[in-house]
Amino acid sequence: MSALDNHINSFTQEQFDQIGADFDAIRRRVINDLGERDANYIRTVVKRQRQFEVGGRAMMMLPPTWPLGVASLSLSKILDNMEIGHNVMHGQYDWMGDPALHSKNFDWDTADTAENWKATHNFEHHTYTNVIDRDHDIGYGLLRMGDDQPWEPRFLLNLPLTVLLHVFFQHFVAVQNLKLEDYLVYKTKSREQLAEEFKPVWAKMRKQLAKDYVYFPLLAGPFAPLVFVGNVAANLTRNLWACSVIFNGHFPEEVEQFDESVLEHESRGQWYVRQLLGSANFEGGKLMHLMSGNLSYQIEHHLFPDIPACRYAEIAPAVRAICEKNGLPYHSGPFWKQALSTWKRIARLSLPDRLSPFKKSKAQSVDKPYTTSTDAESLPLAA
Amino acid sequence: MFAINEIQPGRVKQLVNSAINSKLMHRLTYPHGPSRFVELFDRTAVIDETIGTISAIEHPTERSVRVSVRPNNRWNGFLAGQYVEFAMEIDGRRQRRMFSPAQSQHADGALEFTMAVNPDGVLTRHIKSSARVGDHVILGNVGGDFHLPETRPEHVVLISAGSGITPVLSMLRTLIDERYQGTVDFIHYCRSADDALYASELEACEHTLPGLRMHCIHTRAGGARFSAEQLEQMVPNYREAHTFVCGPSALLDATRTLFDEQGIGERLHQEAFGLATHATGEGESGGEIHFKRSDRTTDNNGETLLEQAEHAGLSPQHGCRMGVCFACSCTKTAGRVRDLRTGEVSGDGEEDIQICVSAPMGSVSLDI
Repeated sequence: MSALDNHINSFTQEQFDQIGADFDAIRRRVINDLGERDANYIRTVVKRQRQFEVGGRAMMMLPPTWPLGVASLSLSKILDNMEIGHNVMHGQYDWMGDPALHSKNFDWDTADTAENWKATHNFEHHTYTNVIDRDHDIGYGLLRMGDDQPWEPRFLLNLPLTVLLHVFFQHFVAVQNLKLEDYLVYKTKSREQLAEEFKPVWAKMRKQLAKDYVYFPLLAGPFAPLVFVGNVAANLTRNLWACSVIFNGHFPEEVEQFDESVLEHESRGQWYVRQLLGSANFEGGKLMHLMSGNLSYQIEHHLFPDIPACRYAEIAPAVRAICEKNGLPYHSGPFWKQALSTWKRIARLSLPDRLSPFKKSKAQSVDKPYTTSTDAESLPLAA
Repeated sequence: MFAINEIQPGRVKQLVNSAINSKLMHRLTYPHGPSRFVELFDRTAVIDETIGTISAIEHPTERSVRVSVRPNNRWNGFLAGQYVEFAMEIDGRRQRRMFSPAQSQHADGALEFTMAVNPDGVLTRHIKSSARVGDHVILGNVGGDFHLPETRPEHVVLISAGSGITPVLSMLRTLIDERYQGTVDFIHYCRSADDALYASELEACEHTLPGLRMHCIHTRAGGARFSAEQLEQMVPNYREAHTFVCGPSALLDATRTLFDEQGIGERLHQEAFGLATHATGEGESGGEIHFKRSDRTTDNNGETLLEQAEHAGLSPQHGCRMGVCFACSCTKTAGRVRDLRTGEVSGDGEEDIQICVSAPMGSVSLDI
């Protein structure tokens, strides 16, 4: 048991309630202040994204402007998915009452359907953040991302599969809701059930594929191959970037994972603390924050997923202050450092624990932070 | 083949519209849709919303404002007396109310809205003090069964108070455009001559429509409020007419009582300013409201589910807040609710409800 666990286990219910009240106060402050500034911000980002999309697709049709076109469409897809789609579908701008920016209606430029995303991401991932067996984002059913996940021979491929996940990220995310591993590995899902669940996914995927790889290339006439390759490049750029940003948010070594038992009678304060311990920020300039959809403020995002992301930078000092007051860690580091730490974890976990040459960092154990320390010690993995 | 000069401007607009709305455009702009790109160039060229542009703002009285709104191609017209959902964005939020256009249903061009400024109303105060020519208005559903019957009755009685004049004025102007041969009695209540809307126009109407008799009553300058005797005196044969009333609840209640007593309830047509005047009964507080998808629970205080969701910090999609537009409909998974318009109480099974006009009867679970 690490010093960290002991610290958290020493929190009383009153202390958790106080932490909860402190975070609630930050949230209230922002909610009461929402208005024209936030509306203008998201509208400006949307406008730029649409301009990049129109410009990118047009420039791609001629050889001299092709590289600019690819860059422009890549930017468009990244903005669409990160700062717009992800955040709008969280309901961050529902208060505006604009149907085009409402979580109920918005759909994004990627293979995943908005409905499936809201189920796996908004509900599963944000409610059960980093709880093993409940948060499917831990490894996407493909990788071994936590020590608590028993090793299986297929995890020898942890590293190449991670590369594959990055390259085809939009399609992996699109089928995430199908829990393919239940069919392929664990045989708990029937082929028929899978086919049924794949229908709505395919309906969206097909339209996306047709747009990028049939209609736009055809529009370019003799330059069809240019546009085809350009769209492959733009989708790939977005895939690599989005996947890296997301991995940086939850998988650097110091980020914690939790046992399912923490969910029992979890109070609002405890929920906040779990979100905090299960997320990590990365640092960068304004452009970095914009391009990552402000997921560089992953901690703030997990504490307040429905607050407009453009506000995270503003509230980060207050969040940090609460952490300091309570001796809670606030995981943050440069992008490359968080990425390196993530890849190290993936490499380490590809081998069975006893064979791994990498040292397991102390915060890596599965926490059961809200119980007394005697309870926690009886957990096989906390020991 | 068309000769170029045979193509009407309206036809060009139609062609542009159908190009924007074509299958190909939808495929190329998937999943956002053509409107989200067209609006980069012209906000009013969208095909998924009826956008109007304010073309004039006047201040007929101190407590009212009149805006003319030029709608885009999607505008499909209305029937005199109906209301239109009218929204503007104020401090980042879309503020929506229902207003009845005052112009004839046969008039082309701008829609005319005359509204009383509500001292507590965000939208009307904004329009009175800050709206500018060129601002955009989002026009939503057209609705309401408060309109003239298709076969025009021989005798029409129009009764209005304050800004309730707009739907009945629309009826009058429509009848004028149709060169109506019957009789119209127009009874309008307002505080004083200073507060009177459309006074000079109504005077002029008496010349254009021979069958029109105006009765203007200034309630703060010696005029009496509505009563059976007053109506009897002004329109002795009102029982044979079709009567259309728009105004505050006191006027609606008084006319309803009178017409029902006389056994001619079906000849009375009414329009209220808002839901509040029509609400029957309320919810029952106690128990909890559970918002399943957001994983939030709040103590039930008996208010509408929309209000309670908002107090709980959620922003469910909504529109008119009076049960008209269905923007707020969502699935109730458990519990009973009262429809505040009818007073009817639902079963406790799963069903779609409009949360703006539904108040919980004890614990309720919603899928939002």
